[in-house]
Amino acid sequence: MEMPTPNAAVLARKARLVERLQRVLPEDAVIHDEAETRAYECDALTAYKCPPMLAVLPASTQEVSDVLRICHEEGVPVVPRGSGTSLAGGALPTADSVILGVARMNDVLETDYANRIIRVQSGRTNLSVTGAVEEEDFFYAPDPSSQLACAIAGNVAMNSGGAHCLKYGVTTNNLLGVTMVMMDGTVVEIGGAHLDAGGLDLLGVICGSEGQLGVVTEATLRILRKPEGARPVLIAFDDNEIAGHCVSDIIKSGILPVAIEFMDTLCIKACENFSKAGYPDCHALLIVEVEGSEAEIDYQLGKIVEIAKRHNPVELRESQSADESAKIWLGRKSAFGAMGQMNDYMCLDGTIPVSSLPMVLRRIGELSEQYGLPVGNVFHAGDGNMHPLILFDANKPGDLELCEEFGAEILKLCVDAGGCLTGEHGVGVEKRDLMLHQYTAEDLEAQMAVKDVFDPAWLLNPAKVFPLSVTETRREAKIAAE
Amino acid sequence: MRPETEGQLAEIVAGLSEPVRIVGGGTRGVAGRGAELSVVGLSGIELYEPGALTLVAKVGTPVADIEAALAVEGQRLAFEPMDHRGLLGTTGEPTIGGVVAANVSGPRRVQAGACRDFLLGVRYVDGLGQVIKNGGRVMKNVTGYDLVKLMAGSWGTLGVLTEVSLKVLPLAEDEETVLVAVDGAAQAVEAMSAALGSPFEVSGAAYDPDAGHVLLRIEGFAGSVAYRVEQLRGVVGGFGSVSMADDSAGLWRGIRDVTAFHGQDGDVWRISVKPSDAPRLAEQLGADGLLFDWGGGLIWARVLVGTDLRAKMGDVSGHMTLVRGTGQAKFQPEPAPVALISAQLRQRFDPRGFFNPGLMG
Ligand SMILES: Cc1cc2nc3c(=O)[nH]c(=O)nc-3n(C[C@H](O)[C@H](O)[C@H](O)COP(=O)(O)OP(=O)(O)OC[C@H]3O[C@@H](n4cnc5c(N)ncnc54)[C@H](O)[C@@H]3O)c2cc1C
Repeated sequence: MEMPTPNAAVLARKARLVERLQRVLPEDAVIHDEAETRAYECDALTAYKCPPMLAVLPASTQEVSDVLRICHEEGVPVVPRGSGTSLAGGALPTADSVILGVARMNDVLETDYANRIIRVQSGRTNLSVTGAVEEEDFFYAPDPSSQLACAIAGNVAMNSGGAHCLKYGVTTNNLLGVTMVMMDGTVVEIGGAHLDAGGLDLLGVICGSEGQLGVVTEATLRILRKPEGARPVLIAFDDNEIAGHCVSDIIKSGILPVAIEFMDTLCIKACENFSKAGYPDCHALLIVEVEGSEAEIDYQLGKIVEIAKRHNPVELRESQSADESAKIWLGRKSAFGAMGQMNDYMCLDGTIPVSSLPMVLRRIGELSEQYGLPVGNVFHAGDGNMHPLILFDANKPGDLELCEEFGAEILKLCVDAGGCLTGEHGVGVEKRDLMLHQYTAEDLEAQMAVKDVFDPAWLLNPAKVFPLSVTETRREAKIAAE
Repeated sequence: MRPETEGQLAEIVAGLSEPVRIVGGGTRGVAGRGAELSVVGLSGIELYEPGALTLVAKVGTPVADIEAALAVEGQRLAFEPMDHRGLLGTTGEPTIGGVVAANVSGPRRVQAGACRDFLLGVRYVDGLGQVIKNGGRVMKNVTGYDLVKLMAGSWGTLGVLTEVSLKVLPLAEDEETVLVAVDGAAQAVEAMSAALGSPFEVSGAAYDPDAGHVLLRIEGFAGSVAYRVEQLRGVVGGFGSVSMADDSAGLWRGIRDVTAFHGQDGDVWRISVKPSDAPRLAEQLGADGLLFDWGGGLIWARVLVGTDLRAKMGDVSGHMTLVRGTGQAKFQPEPAPVALISAQLRQRFDPRGFFNPGLMG
């Protein structure tokens, strides 16, 4: 991965920077020892690594503001970091950067059931937000598979989704307000406990901006009352295409399942070997989950089964109990782990219009043969968000590059089918250089204008989202200004 | 000026030498300086895939045409956009571009989300006449910055929208409305909070002080509606006597369009607050007419012409928009750092300041 040349002048200021930061942070919150900064050299996209110059772990909005003000004055790039689970290299440091980790900021600031909101510090993990309101039977809806580890900070930055977003939406649909620190240290409050923005929807553009507009320190989130119950049905088909039609028919029928998950042969086999979930031997497997009271669930599952039957499934398994439900989900939830046991893999995240599903799956199969790398498909079928997992051998010279090339091919295919490069993982460094396939230079210029406004010196999370070729003039101008 | 294509529009904008007022159906009461730039010539549904729950339309497309096309497939715009004509006394045909530009969301906002939550992609012409796209037509998309949300509710000040793609949802098979007789706004908001905090998926929660009751809507499959109505009656029974409304759909159209204020004198304000702050704030307003939607999170207030209602906000956080009337700024002034960001964004998107100048600040 090409990264800009580290700024030697910045590196030369390290000692002074450490000293200044130590004045505003507790001693253990400034990490400058090379052995220790290595802990921050990558996120979950481990193919790319680069230790930062420093890492800091502020514990309050004020401390974040102090850190940013100092880094701004010193002209030092800052890479915000939540839990480091990004699959796009969103939190990948540059050698001349300061990692600003929000892990120490994980308090619940306010729970308000009457208004159905919770306010948390951004370092709090996704699952522990739900954990904080569970005793009242409430939950925070966006549920990325990484929810045990990932932080709200990263969720907001990536606009993360989850298995249940067909019904509940993604982060941006459940976020009401943030406290954010701008690169120059200014603290801004955007949104709040009310439902809509007063002026321009700045919250909407901050969410999903991949840590490039400001450091989010607090978030106000919508919480919802848990449904009375939920149960899945498992539907197995002999053919991907038929499974695709079934998905489309379910959606057209007027039922809105909370989740429609899809797995293909390779994934089914891997999951089965790994988790012994008892999945049938088939080509395409759907897990469709609905919510409500027992009677409501029965009614909806009945309708889904009726639709599925029209497509001649090889197997239909309607869950009758919590045990059976858990079993049906077990394999799907361990899909990434299962594939990881088989091999090294690269997880893609393109979205396509649901109607193109059969075509795209067929084409991925062809490309897989061409590249000689196996691909497993597991994805959120209801919304077309695919997760092709390309298997490769990291120890085999050239395999990673081949895999990257293949991955890029699949993502371009998604765009050409009317979709996009990334549905929930973000662009990061990984898809940065493919952006021009989806957007024109003018389209990107419009997005970069937003960055210019929030972070005029382009110090926040450098070398992400936009192709280096496109940001070149801005980076050069910055160096010239120093 | 009335371009027929996006290309013509881009040319017109590039050649502008003066500010313009961008209009679709002209029903949302946007007053402004400058010559009129009408986008109604850009009309038509471009793509509709019921199985993917997506629809793409040019901005001048009448909302009615879109709703009719969706109804054929048993679908709808779930964010329930209001029709402003009755309230503002405007005529004309509401367009989908106007809905998006004003982020118009109705009672179902509490459950389903706002217009901005259903907006998947936009094309627009920026202040220099360049055609820009952002987002797309798929439901999940985090590719680059989300200018889609930024454009929703930007009232034309950042660009002239030309095409929007929207997520749509199935029509409900059935709907019922539970009425709860309550004693005042405080009790009303408590009842609405209890309902919205229940697992029964209330898709509308409003309080009509004149009628003295709270309205709670339940939608879905017939059997499910019957069941949830029963459960909900249990949840709110303690707040006052409970009955069923006769004309659920009609009642909610009335809430959506604030029909209670039609033909009544005075300025009309739309106030967005935390629901539990609503009763106290409502008392401070000294309004001639009030209507509470979104479980109390949205207050419609009718007051004496020229009232500086914002001065009565006290320490309540939230914001007020002057929907009908001219004596005050339409939008809530923002705190300095936020106002600066907004101003700079407008400056970057529309460097010459030609689009609806002054409308948002
Ligand atoms: C096994 C696995 C499963 C996953 N499943 C899903 C899934 O189902 N859905 C999904 O959407 N994603 C998924 N992800 C991806 C990842 O978990 C999400 O992107 C998550 O939101 C990242 O959160 P984080 O706290 O780990 O952020 P990090 O990885 O630390 O950072 C992510 C981005 O956020 C920025 N950032 C971090 N903190 C801040 C801050 N305070 N202010 C501003 N910007 C900040 C960073 O600079 C970076 O760009 C998965 C990842 C793994 C490893």
